[in-house]
Amino acid sequence: MQHSASRLLGLIPTLLVLITIAFFLIRLAPGGPFDSEKILPPEIKANLDVKYHLDEPLLMQYFRYLGQIITLDFGPSFQYKDWTVNELIARGFPVSMTIGGLAVLLAFLLGTLIGIVAAMKQNTGTDYSLMGVAMLGISIPNFVVAPLLILLVAVYAGWLPAGGWDWSVQRMVLPVLTLALPTTAYIARLTRGSMIEVLHSNYIRTARAKGLPELLVILRHALKPALLPVISFMGPATAGLITGSVVIERIYSIPGLGSYFVQGALNRDYTLVMGVVIFYGVIIILLNFIVDLLYAWMNPRIRYNEVQ
Amino acid sequence: MSLLEVSDLQVKFDTPEGEVQAVNGLDFSVRRGESLAIVGESGAGKSQAVMAIMGLLAENGSACGKAKFKGQDLMQMSRQELNKIRGCEIAMIFQDPMTSLNPFLTIEKQMAEVITHHQGLRREEARAHAVEMLRAVRIPAPEERVKQYPHEFSGGMRQRVMIAMGLLCEPGLLIADEPTTALDVTVQAQITQLVGELRRKSNMAMILITHDLAVVAEICDRVLVMYAGQLVETGSIEDIFYRPQHPYTQGLLASLPRMDRLSDDELHSIPGNPPNLMNLGGGCHFRERCSKVMDVCKDDPPLQVAQDGRQSRCFIEMTDGEIASTETGDSAELVGSGDCEKESTETVE
Repeated sequence: MQHSASRLLGLIPTLLVLITIAFFLIRLAPGGPFDSEKILPPEIKANLDVKYHLDEPLLMQYFRYLGQIITLDFGPSFQYKDWTVNELIARGFPVSMTIGGLAVLLAFLLGTLIGIVAAMKQNTGTDYSLMGVAMLGISIPNFVVAPLLILLVAVYAGWLPAGGWDWSVQRMVLPVLTLALPTTAYIARLTRGSMIEVLHSNYIRTARAKGLPELLVILRHALKPALLPVISFMGPATAGLITGSVVIERIYSIPGLGSYFVQGALNRDYTLVMGVVIFYGVIIILLNFIVDLLYAWMNPRIRYNEVQ
Repeated sequence: MSLLEVSDLQVKFDTPEGEVQAVNGLDFSVRRGESLAIVGESGAGKSQAVMAIMGLLAENGSACGKAKFKGQDLMQMSRQELNKIRGCEIAMIFQDPMTSLNPFLTIEKQMAEVITHHQGLRREEARAHAVEMLRAVRIPAPEERVKQYPHEFSGGMRQRVMIAMGLLCEPGLLIADEPTTALDVTVQAQITQLVGELRRKSNMAMILITHDLAVVAEICDRVLVMYAGQLVETGSIEDIFYRPQHPYTQGLLASLPRMDRLSDDELHSIPGNPPNLMNLGGGCHFRERCSKVMDVCKDDPPLQVAQDGRQSRCFIEMTDGEIASTETGDSAELVGSGDCEKESTETVE
């Protein structure tokens, strides 16, 4: 427990580095939040700069910003009038997390299942066809899969709505499927590889020599070690999925978090970009931390070292 | 009566370089309570022969021939039938205790599953039995140790755990595949003594695979010498150690350092290397390294069988014992290799 707490504290410097780099990078980019096609009168622009402290030296802005985010206040958005960055994240994240979370769950369950079956039938037709489909799943980009699914399932068959968002299951199915597909395929390949490796180890031979049925050998003796690489992949993968995907959100018209990344950067919406970058960073760090905990929980050798 | 009777065992491996003939027409038997040693150089096919019997060959391996255990042919069994026998009536200990136990499961879990699976006992009973068995292999504080993971045990202790695990169901036959090779010398002696003692107590038969002839002399009744996948000589401990017939056996024994012949002479060694198993030609496979090679060795050597069961595959006539039969080389060689169709039982259905 103590070890975990100190590890969490150690994450603060990481976050600080991330904030610093992001802060100066976005300001290094040419243009500013109030540059648009319609050129503002210089007086108004000067007033705006004063209001948002953009007239101050960069270093001063930086420390002002640090002082502000310690109170967990990401400030007002420059582009979305009357919205604070906190409000924008609070609105978009639940949607992205729901779709992403369901996609992660689906990808994990289906991916490991496919991987295990392929490993058990190694170098047979079943194996080759499963891995072939998985390779397709990895190679075909989202922006091809999404319109195809809409065309087939929504337009031709008419089973599901083509897009939109109202928290109903019907509207979640297609985005979740689209989002889960490449991750499922990747997890399947990862699971197959590590499962095959584990099945060749000496302790699996021992388990077989004990006369255990193959299913028990797989589930009790091989599954845990075979899932370790999958678990470490799941950390960053989950972070990517639950923070939203621009492509999926655009095509299915979903009010998620993903579009804020792109919109914020394009509009030089400094506060919004910083807000989502920090938010994303925290989520990645937290998920990697959870992965480490899971690792220790699954692997007795690591657990033992921690006790010592 | 024979507990295990192996006849014409063939083991092959498909490798990218070609087919490797690891075991080539091996015959042997083990009686109830008897302890048989299989010795030979690395690559002689000792381990693969017993792996084939246990259905534990790698995916690229295939085996055929007969291996009758209590009258039933293990080679013809389905995976389910075989699973009733292995771990229960035939137990196996492996070479490397450091990797042979599952690092993710406690000792208790790994031992208890043998009992719950084969004898249908409940967890608590299985656990009590496991603790008892750990005590029998002299692991101190077994009640606590049983809850630990393999990495909390030393190499010697892990091999004790493997032995305890193997003996849980009181098997009629224990196959020990180089059980002491990976251990240091003092621990080797302890493990050897332990195995010998437990075996005598329960009158269990044993196949000991080793290249440690000192261990053989200590705990075995009979020796089978293998070379290039074939039996070259078999006989009782006394016969093999004091009256070796085959030049290969003689060479092996001469290569042992001996306390009673301390001199400055160099230790004897057999020149050359074992033949390439990918393209074994005809004739005696040992002839290129043999000190007594003759012209006739280009032909397949006969298997001479003496009345008392001694066997030697050589043109040199056995000097003692009544020779009962002499199989000509051709018939002993490669019989049934044409119908080697039974695939490795390890391929998963």
